[in-house]
Amino acid sequence: MPDYETFEHDVLVIGAGGAGLRAAIEASAAGVRVGLVCKSLLGKAHTVMAEGGIAAALANVDERDNWKVHFADTMRGGQYVNQWRMAELHAKEAPDRVRELEAWGAVFDRTKDGRILQRHFGGHKYPRLAHVGDRTGLEMIRTLQDHGVHQGIDVHMEHTILSLLKDGERVVGAFGYERERGRFKVFRAKAIVLATGGIGRAYKITSNSWEYTGDGHALAYDAGAELIDMEFVQFHPTGMVWPPSVMGILVTEGVRGEGGVLANKDGKRFMFDSIPENYRAQTADNEEEGWRYCQGHKDARRPPELLTRDHVSRCIVREIKEGRGSPHGGVYLDISWIKQKMPNAAEHIKRKLPSMYHQFKQLADIDITEQPMEVGPTTHYIMGGVRVDPDTQMSRVPGLFAAGECAAGINGANRLGGNSLSDLLVFGKRAGEFAAKFARENSLGKIDNDRVDAVAREAVTPFESRDRGSENPYAIQKDLQETMQNLVGIVRNESEMRDALERIGSFKARAEKTAVTGNREYNPGWHTALDLKNLLIVSEAITRAALERKESRGAQFREDYPDKDERFGKVNTMISKSPSHSMQVRLEPLPEMPDYLRQIIEEMK
Amino acid sequence: MAIATFKIWRGDAKAGELRDYTAEVAEGMVVLDAVHQIQATQAPDLACRWNCKAGKCGSCSAEVNGMPKLMCMTRLSDLPLEKPVTIEPMKAFPVVKDLVTDVSWNFRVKKKIKPFKPRPPDAPDGTWRMRQEDIDRVQEFRKCIECFLCQDVCHVLRDHQMHDKFIGPRFLIHVAALEMHPLDTQDRLEELRNTQGIGYCNITKCCTKVCPESIQITDSGIIPLKERVVDDFYDPFGWIWRWLKKRSDRQKVEALKR
Ligand SMILES: Cc1cc2nc3c(=O)[nH]c(=O)nc-3n(C[C@H](O)[C@H](O)[C@H](O)COP(=O)(O)OP(=O)(O)OC[C@H]3O[C@@H](n4cnc5c(N)ncnc54)[C@H](O)[C@@H]3O)c2cc1C
Ligand code: SF4
Ligand code: SF4
Ligand code: FES
Repeated sequence: MPDYETFEHDVLVIGAGGAGLRAAIEASAAGVRVGLVCKSLLGKAHTVMAEGGIAAALANVDERDNWKVHFADTMRGGQYVNQWRMAELHAKEAPDRVRELEAWGAVFDRTKDGRILQRHFGGHKYPRLAHVGDRTGLEMIRTLQDHGVHQGIDVHMEHTILSLLKDGERVVGAFGYERERGRFKVFRAKAIVLATGGIGRAYKITSNSWEYTGDGHALAYDAGAELIDMEFVQFHPTGMVWPPSVMGILVTEGVRGEGGVLANKDGKRFMFDSIPENYRAQTADNEEEGWRYCQGHKDARRPPELLTRDHVSRCIVREIKEGRGSPHGGVYLDISWIKQKMPNAAEHIKRKLPSMYHQFKQLADIDITEQPMEVGPTTHYIMGGVRVDPDTQMSRVPGLFAAGECAAGINGANRLGGNSLSDLLVFGKRAGEFAAKFARENSLGKIDNDRVDAVAREAVTPFESRDRGSENPYAIQKDLQETMQNLVGIVRNESEMRDALERIGSFKARAEKTAVTGNREYNPGWHTALDLKNLLIVSEAITRAALERKESRGAQFREDYPDKDERFGKVNTMISKSPSHSMQVRLEPLPEMPDYLRQIIEEMK
Repeated sequence: MAIATFKIWRGDAKAGELRDYTAEVAEGMVVLDAVHQIQATQAPDLACRWNCKAGKCGSCSAEVNGMPKLMCMTRLSDLPLEKPVTIEPMKAFPVVKDLVTDVSWNFRVKKKIKPFKPRPPDAPDGTWRMRQEDIDRVQEFRKCIECFLCQDVCHVLRDHQMHDKFIGPRFLIHVAALEMHPLDTQDRLEELRNTQGIGYCNITKCCTKVCPESIQITDSGIIPLKERVVDDFYDPFGWIWRWLKKRSDRQKVEALKR
């Protein structure tokens, strides 16, 4: 083996978003040596983009809120295929995690009596999202980053992990490259926490950045962990649709929380006609009540625009398909109308939604205090991911933990807005704590040099490929994105997904023949070629899981099985790598929910 | 479709030059879109940083036609496209490759700033009370996305390369955010004057002009900090003022709790 630079940590955290930073802080506080790797610069991970807020039952704005209501909301939103224990821990621990951020310097918006302000969001019964205008993610990541750098964590910025290394069953390290110079590095560790985020780059229209290539999902799968719920990809109802260059960029749900309404080209608020049965009792049946809800009147019920994301997205698709869309193929989202209701509406909008104001003004020449926006669904989040133990966040591979978007279980079939940022904190902390414990109880393992060599050799093939072919990695990525968008998108059916699987197979073959120019120093073409492998694994996993779930539930809508099927309400889909290296999918029964939680759900119905 | 020409700086720490590329211009396109198009079709190894494509992460900083800008928020329709558009890396930091610069100095500087240290929680529920009006300004500073464009444009760093004596506007407002945080108990005035070099700033306000978050870096941050440093230096009783201020803050907060 050539002499690769080698680092040694007790705990290695892969990913420096909210989950990774929180895990690193916790592990470090437990007294072990912690390394943190990330593909971008520190503070630039996806978490920075989160807008609306962090869900936690602090009950600062409505004293009726508590963990039980939050738990019931999360389970209802996830259509009861969530891991109940994760939903329980999350609801119970989120308030403390948010207060902890304040103790580390975060400055949330305040209530009149000086406490943390909370706002309404879809699927949450009470105003529950702690926030800072519409830049909550920035506040969160900066707080964690600024706190974290003083905790003695070794940060390796702009490094990409290509493979996990095992010693027998256990994971003992990771192998990757430094983006700047292209040099390979070995990271030895007693425990590893994956916190790599999502998969949005598998789709053409997405709110996600280049980083979201499903690396953690693929690394874990390759190392022998299981992935669950991969069919559940969240399409956020409101992404920008015009101009083309900004298609997919997110428009926060906070717009609707502040009173924004959805309308079709005829000016009709179509959401009132499509309130699902299980939400009817909690949803306003007239416009006035909806507005009063947004104004904080406790006797009012939420407007139908704030129904869960899966549902709102489908209604928007229906409007567009049936010819009632806006000129650029979306629907209208209007916040400017609130000027009929309040003086200084323009000022109010700019203060509550400053970055939305800015984003539309600068990128689309639209003044949202005067004009409606045009919006349509965008690929946003994946509920599925690495299957972990709910308390410790360890996967079935000893020493391998996962937290945040790349782990699964808390969200079930659909995530409620705001539940991701709280998930990162609650389970990031737990992963850090238990990874540190694991590290203390185990010693460093042996690094398999042959494996390291093999990964390194494979990684540089795109430079030597003149004789292998000359596929452009960007073109393969683009073709894959179109396939997933068109064939495994919001509305799915068996034949299209079979077609998608076949195409994915052909993309795999093309991906083996990529050729890139230039050298290994900061070479995006090469990086894109390397990311393809992960994108293809997660795309295949999503498709196979979606085929297996022959029903419509939450984010998965099958036109060939348009209804919910009780049998599928008791199972998760589970993906793993077979001994022959092919992808296996099977149905795994949900863990039995204890009576005290069942009762809570009944009471909150 | 219209075609625009771009002169993009290609090279590394040793040498480099502007090279010509073309891109098809579509409605609403930003400079970063053009760079991506060029990457996908003509120069796959062209290096640049980006993440959010919406002005939220501060990764895509560069100099467009000589102006420090976020590439993702600079519309082609706002540039004169009859001439080539030049795109160069930030000049205040060493080049790594093409449009990517080595900004690690910024991370080292920040690490040396005394971290936030709150007073003990004093509300009955074990947390704190803060009034919105008392945090408005701190929140303004905390909008910073660490794009480092202000650092790039500040002549103390850009022209005089005084990176070891001056922390630059980004970190002056970082210190200001900490100093003005109603819960913080640290004092950072001594180092502001000495190691952090606030005196080198001569209030040209170039930093404020380029800030994509429209933070009033100089008026709201640096000038008040300078005043405090001066008061503290010439008036050894300055601490009394601070003590009084923190006490009155506390009293206001006590009132809130009742
Ligand atoms: C525009 C937008 C708005 C959102 N708004 C909200 C909101 O208001 N509320 C809410 O709760 N949620 C929101 N979400 C969702 C939420 O922001 C994300 O789910 C969450 O931030 C993910 O955090 P994370 O810690 O899991 O991963 P991330 O923050 O994405 O971090 C992933 C990290 O892993 C690193 N990484 C990935 N692969 C590798 C590799 N191979 N090697 C090394 N490092 C690697 C990356 O560099 C990065 O540092 C929003 C999402 C988007 C896109
Ligand atoms: S005002 Fe001060 S910090 Fe800002 S650019 Fe001028 S000298 Fe630099
Ligand atoms: S203060 Fe403004 S210009 Fe400076 S780094 Fe922050 S956001 Fe960028
Ligand atoms: S890409 Fe995030 S600011 Fe430009």
